[in-house]
Amino acid sequence: MSQLVLEDVTLAFGGVRAVQGLSFNVQPGEVFAIIGPNGAGKTSVFNVITRVFTPMTGRVTFEGRDITHVPRHSVASLGIARTFQNIELFEGATVLENLMLGRHRFPHAGLWSQILRTPATRRLNAEARAKVEDVIELLELAPYRNSPVAGLPYGVRKVVELGRALATEPKLLLLDEPASGLNPEETRDLAFWIDDIRRGLGTTVVMVEHDMSLVSEAADRVLCMNMGQMLATGAPQEVQSNPAVIAAYLGT
Amino acid sequence: MRFHYDTSYLDSGRLLRYPSEKASYGILLLVMLALPWILPRFYVGEITYLCILAVASLGLMVLTGFTGLVSLGHAAFVAIGAYAHAWFMTKGIPFAGSIIMASAAAGMVGFAIGLPVIRVSGLYLAMVTLAFAVVIEHVIGRWSSVTGGHTGLPVLSPSILGYDLGGLVPFYYLCLGILVAVVLGLHNLLSDRTGRAFIGVRDSEAAAAGLGIWTAGYKVLAFVISASVTGLAGALMAHKMQYLTPEGFGLTLSLELVLMVVIGGLGSLRGAVLGAILIGLLPTAISKLKPLLPSFLSAQFGLESFLFGLILAVFVLFEPGGLNARWMKLKLLFQTFPLYRKDTYRRGRSYMKSERYR
Repeated sequence: MSQLVLEDVTLAFGGVRAVQGLSFNVQPGEVFAIIGPNGAGKTSVFNVITRVFTPMTGRVTFEGRDITHVPRHSVASLGIARTFQNIELFEGATVLENLMLGRHRFPHAGLWSQILRTPATRRLNAEARAKVEDVIELLELAPYRNSPVAGLPYGVRKVVELGRALATEPKLLLLDEPASGLNPEETRDLAFWIDDIRRGLGTTVVMVEHDMSLVSEAADRVLCMNMGQMLATGAPQEVQSNPAVIAAYLGT
Repeated sequence: MRFHYDTSYLDSGRLLRYPSEKASYGILLLVMLALPWILPRFYVGEITYLCILAVASLGLMVLTGFTGLVSLGHAAFVAIGAYAHAWFMTKGIPFAGSIIMASAAAGMVGFAIGLPVIRVSGLYLAMVTLAFAVVIEHVIGRWSSVTGGHTGLPVLSPSILGYDLGGLVPFYYLCLGILVAVVLGLHNLLSDRTGRAFIGVRDSEAAAAGLGIWTAGYKVLAFVISASVTGLAGALMAHKMQYLTPEGFGLTLSLELVLMVVIGGLGSLRGAVLGAILIGLLPTAISKLKPLLPSFLSAQFGLESFLFGLILAVFVLFEPGGLNARWMKLKLLFQTFPLYRKDTYRRGRSYMKSERYR
């Protein structure tokens, strides 16, 4: 059974159709890449899945459940996490606090228990911290643990954002251009991490990406979009050699 | 130099982490407790007032400093706390119950005002809260049967179990105790899940929502907590004023509260207290300084407002982190003494955001 299914999704802003009758499905545990020229509607697809925008028509189903109209803040508790194209970190907080925010969806103490810092609250915090430390270890963020995010280099900020998404223990991870702005070495690290995440944690990964070397290395299947519609789908090599895809990228 | 390693996941949440911190805050507490024997009576009254201002400033800090919502109308919550407390006490409710109910009343008004106003942000939020404060001031002026209108409302002396707390020294201890309790409670709350969620809402609503934070809910919660803490300060203020009139809770007080949190340093509880001390002491300091100034300056009308404005402008331009940032830098200078480098505090580059959506 498919983990994520989009059926005939259309999203429009005024007269602009960002996504038009798009359907695709993602299998559990696979790495699925969405490619396409600028303005093809790739990020809009993520915004529909994470309920930033409500599609005009169509349905989004996650693990057999219709999530087209669930409240935006309950998407995380379904097990869907995302990163953003332009990093959206909590600038005024440290790396550790950013990652701890990823634990928001898990069981927690009441308001008064937090104010009085009861033993139960402390225990829950220590448990959350232990999970966050696992992520810090996986992504090698230990040197930056207590640094404020605002002063970190771009590459590290990208990794922190990935870590924050992982701290929510997602079943489905949406990565919006994870390799943009990274140097080749950092991109290689990223490819290894995506592999770790898929194999070690069993997380399904959907990523929007322009870096074709990363796509062909990491992705099992690729969807190419243009003007909000699906151009081609299949294995990376198939899609790359598809005449329609080449035309969309190079112009006709 | 000081090196410190966490040995438990609980260490990072601890309030006082180093022996030196425990010692210095312990000494501070002892000095505060011994104050009535050290200082003349006038200054004990002044410091009582500073404690009350610090509680109000902490209230606003939760909203503006941690959740990123500006309020230009927080004097209204001080007024609601003060009038509610005075009114409950005239109805025969004992002091302890009345002060809690006054704080809760301010919190409920905070809920009612928070629900509609969180739809707007930035300048618009500032305007709405400002209008709210003006409305409250007028309501107090007109609703004579409860508030005494412009003639005013006398406040009964506070007492617990028949023990009178209205005297200068007992009231000082009462205010100090409440300030310490509020600081501890807010520190716990803000270093926990709720505080992290507030910071999340402040720094990026898009990311916060993506992590499962109900942003609207947390904004309203920030309003409620902020209003009830500010209302608590209002209830204490009522006893300090002894006679309430609507003029005491005007725009000036709202602006002073904003000055306290901005100059103190947004996003830090220590900043809220330091800001309250600076702004609260300024009028006294200016009146003490006046005789020393040349007569053409000291005779000028509006010297205080001029200095308020000047200090705010200087802080915003040269130390956006406020008194708290200045404090941290001084502390680090002493901790790392021989290794201090000038470049340590060069402001880090921040990356431009081109496409933020909420």
